[in-house]
Amino acid sequence: MTRLFTPKRSIPRSVEISVGTAVAGSALLTWCLLSYLQLVSGAFLPRPDEVWTAFVNVLSNGSLFEHMQVSLAEIYIGFFLSSIIAVPLGIFMGSYRIVAAAIEPLVNFMRYLPVTALIPLLILWIGIGIEQKIAVIFLGTFFQQIVLCADVSANVSDDLYKVSYTLGVNRRQVITRVMLPATLPGVMDTLRVTMGWAWTFLVVAELVAASAGLGYMILQAMRGLHPATIFVGIFTIGILGLLTDLVFKMAKRWLLPWTAVH
Amino acid sequence: MGQVSIRNVALHFTSRRVGTVTALQNLSLEIPDKQFAVIVGPSGCGKSSLLHLVAGLTEVSAGGCYVDDDFITEPGADRGMVFQNYSLFPWLTVKKNVEFGLSIQNMSADQRTQRAQHYIHAVGLNGFEDAYSSQLSGGMQQRAAIARALANDPQVLLMDEPFGALDSQTRTIMQELLLRIWEREQKTVLFVTHDIDEALFLGDVVYVMSGRPGTIVDSVEVTLERPRHYEMVTSPEFIELKRRIMVNLHREVEQAMMQNQAL
Repeated sequence: MTRLFTPKRSIPRSVEISVGTAVAGSALLTWCLLSYLQLVSGAFLPRPDEVWTAFVNVLSNGSLFEHMQVSLAEIYIGFFLSSIIAVPLGIFMGSYRIVAAAIEPLVNFMRYLPVTALIPLLILWIGIGIEQKIAVIFLGTFFQQIVLCADVSANVSDDLYKVSYTLGVNRRQVITRVMLPATLPGVMDTLRVTMGWAWTFLVVAELVAASAGLGYMILQAMRGLHPATIFVGIFTIGILGLLTDLVFKMAKRWLLPWTAVH
Repeated sequence: MGQVSIRNVALHFTSRRVGTVTALQNLSLEIPDKQFAVIVGPSGCGKSSLLHLVAGLTEVSAGGCYVDDDFITEPGADRGMVFQNYSLFPWLTVKKNVEFGLSIQNMSADQRTQRAQHYIHAVGLNGFEDAYSSQLSGGMQQRAAIARALANDPQVLLMDEPFGALDSQTRTIMQELLLRIWEREQKTVLFVTHDIDEALFLGDVVYVMSGRPGTIVDSVEVTLERPRHYEMVTSPEFIELKRRIMVNLHREVEQAMMQNQAL
């Protein structure tokens, strides 16, 4: 018993599973009680079976799939474009004083600017199509990724560079032989964290102005007073986020075997 | 060949907080080929800095360091180094770490494997070829770091308190291991430590450094016969040499401490 409440002590696997199930189960139970006993009006809180019906409905008429496709395209394109530029730039900014001197002032200004403040301007410039969502995700993640990757690369031990020089590595080789592999675990963490933020920016952008996407689907359901469909949209976003996170975890185990062993 | 010459070297650091600090001054040292040279000195005397100069990782402010009369301007594979902190590449296995320098030279995979295996065997890490550094103890990591430096076949091996972070039993074993390898490899070694026992047990000559600004104040020829065994540290000859270095070092440490208080 005392073991369960000692900081950082491991607990039996069975306890771990049962407390997790109990908390999730009671949340579900509370939902059922509130909706089936009509403690909360059905106009605000749909019953689980209504959500299921709504889910089957949007699934069979193909609209869920369409909206999901649009959202996924927006988020992956925006995130990919941002990452391929921000990651190398951030790594160089953390390791080369000259790069830091050049871009740090601008990056520090931009990173404190909430991307949501830019949405009206982006609508004005680009419109409300998929390009605008990509721009929001790009601008939202880009500067954060630079700063986080710069931090990762600034923390690489100087000894690793020194030892590689004494083993015959030159200034060009040190990038591929030391800098990149040494920063890879931290970069993977950065990508995983910023992917989570990208989902937030996406949904905000779609709620403000869109003609398709999961955020748009939720907004339309609200306008049509159909809370069950809102729930379907929220669950879908949650599950897609969970799956993305799982992919990152698996990629880490596969790409970075040395971080998994102890 | 691997004759190391350090001629009238000075090293200054400039920092905003304390201005210019002279770490080394008027330091000259001639280390003949294949000598095991040990440098002892009070902490902060610049003995690590001296090693960095020979490695080419830091530039001299005056004077020069030479290997076989070639002026050292930058790091190179002819001067291998082992650091105090475990500096294995964590993303590479032991085998890949040992092969690192060889792969830079574009040696064929077969040859690399053969050489790496030879040195992994020499440091007693058989069976750990595929382990990552996070799976190894501190002593094993240093064994791998030594194998990595040696596999590159440098003319000079620079060792910056490589056993400083190890417990004393492991340290003794590592010292004996290093001597066995050195007796076979016959390389010039420049070894920095603050441990007098370690210096005498390993070295042909022990150079005593002064406190800052660091310079050489004494050189002690170690007359103990080779191959050395750990019981030698209790022999009268060893004790006599140790007394001589201690007296010197004690004075330098005291002066260094007084200097630090004055700052």
